[in-house]
Amino acid sequence: MSGFASGLVGAFSEAWAEVRIHKTRVLMSLIGVAVAVAALTSVVGLGSIAEQAMIETYERQSGRPATLIVNVWGTGEVPPDALAVSAAFDTVVDRYQIEYAGAFTHSSQTVQFVDGAMPVTTMGVEVGYGTLHRVVMTNGRWFVEADEQRLAPALVVNEAFYARMGWPELSGHPTVTLLGDTKTAAVVVGVIPEKWEGEEPVMHMLNSAYLRITPPSVVAWSPPMLEAWVPTELSDELTFRIKRDIAGALGEGVNVDVSRQDYQAWGGTMDPFGPFKLIVTGVSILVLLLGALGLVNISMVTVKQRIREIGIRRSFGATAGRVFFAVMMESVVASAVAGVVGVMIAVLVIQSDLVQSWITSGFPVDLPPFPVEAAIIGIGAATLVGALAGLLPAIVAVRVKVINAIRY
Amino acid sequence: MTILRLEAVTRTVALPDGSPLHILRGIDLGVAVGDHVSIVGRSGSGKSTLLNLLGLLDSPTSGEIFFEDRPLSALRSGARDRARGRDIGFIFQQFNLLAGRTALENVMTPLLYASGRKFWQRRKLALEMLDRVGLAERANSMPEQLSGGEQQRVAIARALVRGPRLILADEPTGALDIETGASVMQLLDSVAQQTGAALITITHDANVAALADRHYRLDRGVLAPVDVRRVIALAEPEVAL
Ligand SMILES: Nc1ncnc2c1ncn2[C@@H]1O[C@H](COP(=O)(O)OP(=O)(O)O)[C@@H](O)[C@H]1O
Ligand SMILES: [Mg+2]
Repeated sequence: MSGFASGLVGAFSEAWAEVRIHKTRVLMSLIGVAVAVAALTSVVGLGSIAEQAMIETYERQSGRPATLIVNVWGTGEVPPDALAVSAAFDTVVDRYQIEYAGAFTHSSQTVQFVDGAMPVTTMGVEVGYGTLHRVVMTNGRWFVEADEQRLAPALVVNEAFYARMGWPELSGHPTVTLLGDTKTAAVVVGVIPEKWEGEEPVMHMLNSAYLRITPPSVVAWSPPMLEAWVPTELSDELTFRIKRDIAGALGEGVNVDVSRQDYQAWGGTMDPFGPFKLIVTGVSILVLLLGALGLVNISMVTVKQRIREIGIRRSFGATAGRVFFAVMMESVVASAVAGVVGVMIAVLVIQSDLVQSWITSGFPVDLPPFPVEAAIIGIGAATLVGALAGLLPAIVAVRVKVINAIRY
Repeated sequence: MTILRLEAVTRTVALPDGSPLHILRGIDLGVAVGDHVSIVGRSGSGKSTLLNLLGLLDSPTSGEIFFEDRPLSALRSGARDRARGRDIGFIFQQFNLLAGRTALENVMTPLLYASGRKFWQRRKLALEMLDRVGLAERANSMPEQLSGGEQQRVAIARALVRGPRLILADEPTGALDIETGASVMQLLDSVAQQTGAALITITHDANVAALADRHYRLDRGVLAPVDVRRVIALAEPEVAL
């Protein structure tokens, strides 16, 4: 066993000395490998970062996998009873021990701003909605349980809404007036970013507040929908059961629909960088192969120059296998080093502000850190290329006839 | 105890036109521990071919070579390489130091193919050996920074560092002036004697040959013992041969 260890260490140090001696030449061919690895690693890293960013954006819009939406509407003239619908929701949430569930409503409330009144899209939500949709705040906070007890409803508004208010300090508990049958003062507690550029003012309020300020006749026309976050593997089964249970509870004259809304249900993530990634991957594989060819070329030249040296080594006890391994290791060691350099370049590129703002293209996303698998792929590809490039010269080196090599 | 024994060894190569060239014709030779053998012969008489056979670098066309009483034909090539590395040290006319490596790295080279203590302590052992050939302070010099005599001393250190039982020197003074050659040979002879290794020297130089205990002459592929005085007479005026 000691023979194995010394053989391995010995071959490695031979290879390292060889690389060191021919460093200029090796360096030249390795620049190609390093550049290619940098490109490849950047693309892979960029891809997975962009995908993660996309996923977060999708989850903000339509919930995390698996999010089920329960929709209830009447078949005839009469809308279903909102309270009965709420009760049926609560029953299924309890029955299936759904971790996050919340009714939400879409409505429109007229809001009095300083420069005039306007209808504003209003989402009635539960506290858990913030978790389910990964809501990030640009200012203030999301709803908490204590907000249910407020007399003046708490509001979480988007940037456009906040701008209409003139960006007041949230610490001063700024209020707006909601115009309806009665006037209601509501307090803005948090601000969320716009979902897209130029989004209209939008506000969120808790369902309890919504029901309090809205006449039952209005509520009845837009019955709440239920959003439930369930384990992905149970989503099909629960889709069926929730539909059956709620339909059963509400009886005749009511339609119930349950469907998955999260991005995984509608075909996964579409990578907006797809075509770009394809091109850069193709080019960097090409560059990597060219770098490998350069490496083959250089090691062939150096092997030919070193036939005498190989003969000398053989005369001092180097076996054919050892010579093969040492020559091969030269390429592997050199290109692995180039791979590490390439990965470092890729990390620097991807972490740069310019690239980061380009990936997020203005969307408010916390970018995940540089993906480890991209680094592993980069170094792995470099090492593989080194091994392939080392194969041919290693075969040449083994075929050296010792007596011819050292004859003068 | 015999280290190496040649029995009726011949070596024949094919010339480019296909006709055979009989370089060695029936060589018998035994080398024991502590032997110092000299072989003289004209250029082209087959000395290097014989040395390659003695050094397990080549195989005979017919006959058998016994290495430590084992027939060489029974050894696989890897085992032969390892036996060579362990027990044989080479010294060449052109020194054959590895270019771009320091004297120390050159002396360390054979130890790269050793295992155990000799491998792991290769730096220390190589430094000790360089010290024995008087070049400790030149350890970090490159071969091209060394004189011919110094280079050959580095080569001697390299040949001896693994403690071989047989040293093969192919015209070790051939590229050196007479005085330097003499001092290098003195060194080789004394270091070989200290380590108890057998030494086979191929040479043109009568003074070099005279250092050996047994003397042979190779002539047209036949190896025959000669008297040391005749060696000197033969070697002096090469043209007179
Ligand atoms: N592989 C070979 N092919 C053809 N001729 C060879 C080969 N090896 C040696 N010779 C010839 O055999 C003769 C002896 O060579 P060598 O052993 O190198 O002689 P020496 O070392 O005594 O000068 C020379 O004439 C040489 O040209
Ligand atoms: Mg010769």
